[in-house]
Amino acid sequence: MSAFTRHRRSGRVIANFTGFEADLLRSLASQLVELLRNEEAAPQPADSLEALMDFSGPTAEPDDPVLARLFPTAYRDDADAAAEFRRFTEASLRDGKAAAACTIIDGLEEAGLPPQLDEEGLMIDVELDRETAEIWMRSFTDIRLALATRLGVEEGDEGYWESLPDNDPSKQAHDIYEWVGYLQETLIRALG
Amino acid sequence: MRNMSAASPVEVEPDLSPDEITVLSTPWVTIVWNDPVNLMSYVTYVFQKYFGYDRKKAEKLMLEVHNDGKSVVSSGTREEMERDVQAMHEYGLWATLSRQE
Repeated sequence: MSAFTRHRRSGRVIANFTGFEADLLRSLASQLVELLRNEEAAPQPADSLEALMDFSGPTAEPDDPVLARLFPTAYRDDADAAAEFRRFTEASLRDGKAAAACTIIDGLEEAGLPPQLDEEGLMIDVELDRETAEIWMRSFTDIRLALATRLGVEEGDEGYWESLPDNDPSKQAHDIYEWVGYLQETLIRALG
Repeated sequence: MRNMSAASPVEVEPDLSPDEITVLSTPWVTIVWNDPVNLMSYVTYVFQKYFGYDRKKAEKLMLEVHNDGKSVVSSGTREEMERDVQAMHEYGLWATLSRQE
């Protein structure tokens, strides 16, 4: 299985993916971008003039549980302050997370991943400077949070996932979640 | 009650202990909550990278999050804590801010 390592001389972080792995990673990153961009960060219906003139971010927690986890409520006991915080932060957080996922997609394609994977035995060698590697690391978290929220991953539930038959789709999705976690762990070690 | 006629330019508020002054000047905290997804190594990395904590302190805070369900990771003004919480959300950590207890 592919893993990240640090190139001893250049200090750059490197990994060799099979075409299948690179394609899977691109697909996960693309889905995240789509979710972040499609489910628009729209302001709530406005009733006052002040609200109507306000073109900044949303104030209510997103309906989608993945987005609610990616953009948590910052104040637990103060709904007004939480709404204000969201209004000023959520749009730029969304943009940042979408841009980070695009960095993964661009990196894989620049390393030779074709738009449509139909070549057998293709290997994709990525080589990242430290700054880019940290963006990948951050985006791996978003991808893992998204997968885990959809799957309903909980603390200490490893046994449950292992007990599922191999052809269970949620078991397969959980395997992918674990794989991205493994990639992230090796990336952190390579950066450390 | 204060005797106004005795007021002098060097007069200070005598009723506050150094601890109380600290509380007044840093009344807000950033709390990071445990979640079943984030890797321990990642949380440690983020605490080192963003807050500039050494490895020992970052690991201590990470273990508090892991074992106690949450940890106070920084304190300061409300504006500073809003910046810290936003940064934690950028990193995918579950963070909130509140008044220091």
